[in-house]
Amino acid sequence: MLPAIEVKQVSKCYGNLCALTDIDLEIHSGEFFALLGPNGAGKTTLISIIAGLSHANSGSVRVMGHNVTSQYQQARRNLGVVPQELVFDPFFTVRETLLIQSGYYGIKGNADWIDEIIERLDLADKANVNMRALSGGMKRRVLVAQALVHKPPVIILDEPTAGVDVELRQTLWHFIQQLNQDGHTIVLTTHYLEEAETLCHRVAMLKAGKIIALDSTQNMIGKMTSGNSLKLRLLPDTLPPVLQALQISHHNGMYELKIENYAHVEFILASLRSENNQILEMHLQQPDLEDVFINLMKHDRKRAQ
Amino acid sequence: MTGFLTLLYKELLRFWKVGFQTIIAPMVSTLLYLLIFFHVLEVHTQVYPGVAYTTFLIPGLVMMTVIQNAFANSSSSMIQSKISGNIVFVLLSPLSYRAIFFAYILASIVRGLLVGMGVYLVTLIFFDIPLLLPLWTLLFVILGSAMLGALGLIAGIWADKFDQLAAFQNFIILPFTFLSGVFYTIHSLPIGWQYLSHLNPFFYMIDGFRYGFFGVSDISPYISLMIVAICLMVISLLAIRMLKIGYKLRY
Repeated sequence: MLPAIEVKQVSKCYGNLCALTDIDLEIHSGEFFALLGPNGAGKTTLISIIAGLSHANSGSVRVMGHNVTSQYQQARRNLGVVPQELVFDPFFTVRETLLIQSGYYGIKGNADWIDEIIERLDLADKANVNMRALSGGMKRRVLVAQALVHKPPVIILDEPTAGVDVELRQTLWHFIQQLNQDGHTIVLTTHYLEEAETLCHRVAMLKAGKIIALDSTQNMIGKMTSGNSLKLRLLPDTLPPVLQALQISHHNGMYELKIENYAHVEFILASLRSENNQILEMHLQQPDLEDVFINLMKHDRKRAQ
Repeated sequence: MTGFLTLLYKELLRFWKVGFQTIIAPMVSTLLYLLIFFHVLEVHTQVYPGVAYTTFLIPGLVMMTVIQNAFANSSSSMIQSKISGNIVFVLLSPLSYRAIFFAYILASIVRGLLVGMGVYLVTLIFFDIPLLLPLWTLLFVILGSAMLGALGLIAGIWADKFDQLAAFQNFIILPFTFLSGVFYTIHSLPIGWQYLSHLNPFFYMIDGFRYGFFGVSDISPYISLMIVAICLMVISLLAIRMLKIGYKLRY
């Protein structure tokens, strides 16, 4: 099947500083994909190149099969981008903004669809309000609406939930999930790893302009060497000798023990019982994307040293 | 076509919504110029035989207003969009660089013409100004405002900050305008200055424009037309080139 986004050997340097080096990435149609990475990793640069806001020094990018430089008009018709910054045109109302944006894409008589996105993004009572008068969250919604006026099959959201309250985050994710179910390909960058974990099928991690990991969210978590662990606070504060082999860490009175599977928990509890050890606090720790993320970043740093 | 028309509509709406600042205010300041010059100089000078100074001055002032506003429109629209970041909406769209160019230039022409027309109509109430060859007038006012619109676009794309744009306006546009014969005929200048004036493309714009009113000019309107057209073409090609390669727009 035609990939929604195809990035081949893309590099982008500003003088001596390379924001991206030899990026290869293929995002399938209908996927919900996350780009993760610390600030300055090159996420926004990559998105800018895909959107045609920035030119790569080498390599090629296609959106729905259209080259973003030689066939830029077709490529851009297939792409909706929600920029990271809260930008707006202070001269216009919400509805005017959306009508103008849809006109840029050469679409006439788009009022019905615009009404629908206004409705679905809860902007109805602000439709005729000037952009200047909107709160940050509302402006963010308009940005999302602007990216959707031309019904693009591929939608990229650059940190759409940065600085947004919990309620709007929920509405926004719900809406974006709906779009994905309707067949749109979604690519997002976020700092909230739990979001990427619950929403996205696949994850790419970027660091210093390189993709350091690319896999399905599940596999990424599965690859974690540490696996599950059990955290315990004990009275008395000593670990029975049989359990010492399992110990990963002892931090602030909390023992972290490695467990291979859930049956293992029973073995630990039994050992504690036989030693008359009392459990004051207990957590079952499962690896999440954040651990993968931190591990990869750490690993990379060690290698660099 | 819809994309181009939408951008044009947006550009028109942008200045129309703040019409007091973009149309009325420049009209008032031009009329103030006229009032002052009228009181001070009316009795002293007669530029062409039978043409009173004020009558001579009005077309020059109208053209000056057109020039300044055409430049102000594209340049301030572009730099505001760049600085506030909303230029991204145009850059993300499939609008071609030619469509972007023509929309900005046409909006500049419209704004220039609106303000110029406003000044002209007001002066008609008080003065009797001949308009012998209206087509020449129209031709020069359109070419002139297009040229300044294109210059404004270049300045707006080039400038990173408002003070750079102000420098462009104050050190290039304003001197070229004031030294182009808005307030005088260059024949009243010493020979050296006359020679220098011929290097100023704005001079031909104003001289040709004035020819449409009085049927008299410092130099043949055909030569002026040719020079203005060539300047417009060169400046436009530069602006289109900047948009095409994304100079300071697509990094």
